Amino acid sequence: MDDNWGETTTAVTGTSDHSLSQEDLAGFGKETEGPVEKLNCVRFLPLVLTLVLGLLVLVTPLAFLVLPQLVWPERLQACGTACEGLFLSLAFKLLILLLAGWALFVRPVRASLPRIAVFRALLGLLTLLLLLSYWLFFGVRILDSQDENYQGIVQFAVSLVDALLFIHYLAVVLLEIRHLQPYFSVCVVRSTDGETRHYNLGQLSIQRAALEILEHYYKDFTIHNPALLTAAKTRAAKHLAGLKVYNVDGAGSDAATSQSRAKIAAAARQRDTSHNELYYEEAEHDRRVRKRRARLVVAVEEAFTHVRRLKEEEIKKPPGDEMDPREAAQAIFPSMARALQKYLRTTRQQHCHSMDSIQAHLAFCITNNMTPKAFLESYLNAGPTLQYGREGWQARQWTLVSEASVTSPLRHGTEFHLKSSDFCLVVTSKSIPHLKLSEEYVHPKSHKFVLQLQSETSV
Amino acid sequence: MSYIPGQPVSVVVQRIEIQKLRDGDNLILGFSIGGGIDQDSNQNPFSEDKTDKGIYVTRVSKGGPAEVAGLRIGDKIMQVNGWDMTMVTHDQARKKLTKKNEDVVRLLVTRRSLEDVVRQSMMQQPTH
Repeated sequence: MDDNWGETTTAVTGTSDHSLSQEDLAGFGKETEGPVEKLNCVRFLPLVLTLVLGLLVLVTPLAFLVLPQLVWPERLQACGTACEGLFLSLAFKLLILLLAGWALFVRPVRASLPRIAVFRALLGLLTLLLLLSYWLFFGVRILDSQDENYQGIVQFAVSLVDALLFIHYLAVVLLEIRHLQPYFSVCVVRSTDGETRHYNLGQLSIQRAALEILEHYYKDFTIHNPALLTAAKTRAAKHLAGLKVYNVDGAGSDAATSQSRAKIAAAARQRDTSHNELYYEEAEHDRRVRKRRARLVVAVEEAFTHVRRLKEEEIKKPPGDEMDPREAAQAIFPSMARALQKYLRTTRQQHCHSMDSIQAHLAFCITNNMTPKAFLESYLNAGPTLQYGREGWQARQWTLVSEASVTSPLRHGTEFHLKSSDFCLVVTSKSIPHLKLSEEYVHPKSHKFVLQLQSETSV
Repeated sequence: MSYIPGQPVSVVVQRIEIQKLRDGDNLILGFSIGGGIDQDSNQNPFSEDKTDKGIYVTRVSKGGPAEVAGLRIGDKIMQVNGWDMTMVTHDQARKKLTKKNEDVVRLLVTRRSLEDVVRQSMMQQPTH
């Protein structure tokens, strides 16, 4: 385990976040063939290593207790109540350790990060070192010399379990608690439309910070809609399309830069009326959207009046025409379908919602007694990516682009990108300043008031 | 009429003697006062210095004893029958003016125009 295991592990692209660093313990051989079989095998490797280590942790103290009984039973001194107390405490501590280890380490894999998690690596290493040193001591001092003091051996085993519990405490503090205190404020900007959010993060490495930010992204940022960006692109194309540069004096070596400068200068001088077009086009678009929206709201409200929930007593003696929510949704959907479709087309959202999803949402709203306004809310305002069902997620593969190493901790002024197929999230971090709070004591009886008068008395 | 708190005030005053008029059971003087150390001096429309908490004449009823005696609206009352009026509460001022056993009140009042007149007359006088 030397200082170049960082380099070898970069070849592994599928390493999950929940790994203990048993990668390097399992040997470097596995890492070099990583990229080829980077699918499910490598994803579950850390979990397997965790389980192996857990098994070792369980077996070792029991082995310490059982081996002397097996190897030299007749020479062991019998020990009475003290030993029984120690057995009990050992059993419970081991149970607690196993439960705590299960709670902390055996969890579904959250994500695949580009490099290994440094803290987990260190903790796994520490645990293994502890076990090795205890086995060493056991082998040399107890097995070889066949110690007769059984109570001493039991205390030895109990001390191992205590040490393991403390390592677990260290794991909880390093992995779960340390990054809870907010230390940095990161600003996340989406490159295509500039939507910005700010989050508070604790002291994390860059890859873990990126993971947290992505988890927030799916629930906070509105869904990326490429159809809304085409207007800006066509305008940008029109700006420079009308100008062509002809080089009259013969080809020069710096032709490119002088051409682009000439273009910029000419474009600036041109009397540009495209802002006028933009203004009227946007005004027209707003008007159209508002009209369609008004028609949609009226249609939906009318549709909802046709459906009524059956009361308890009416269910028992059915009027004969009852429907479950899905059928009710299908029945009232046609009356609002046209208005909804036109509205979605005007706001360019039609690819986010399929017929099935709309009908499912309608059935959901009917089941839960929602008002028409509640039903329409998800179509009138763009919601976060999570709202649109799996097919709308568009990207589960993200690339972390960073100048600093991704396992280095976050610092003031760190910048990195999270690239997805269509767009990019640009993240900058600033540290939260040291706040100084001072106190000012206010005596409860110090709130006294006088009236401001200006009276006039006649004498 | 501006003053510095803690320093003696030096103003030109006019002596005004008002005979109280008996109206049934009351003795009235025919003017209204405003101001006082317990009042809000910022709202005083007659004072030059808005921190001046003195007693000012806010209204003079037509044909009343005060108008006859020469009291004008906006005058600042400095003394009433020898009692100081520059550092009193509104109610104390009212009491000093409406004592039932007095028929006559002798006021010392000051106003801006008095200062101007004195200054002008001093300037017109050839220096001796």
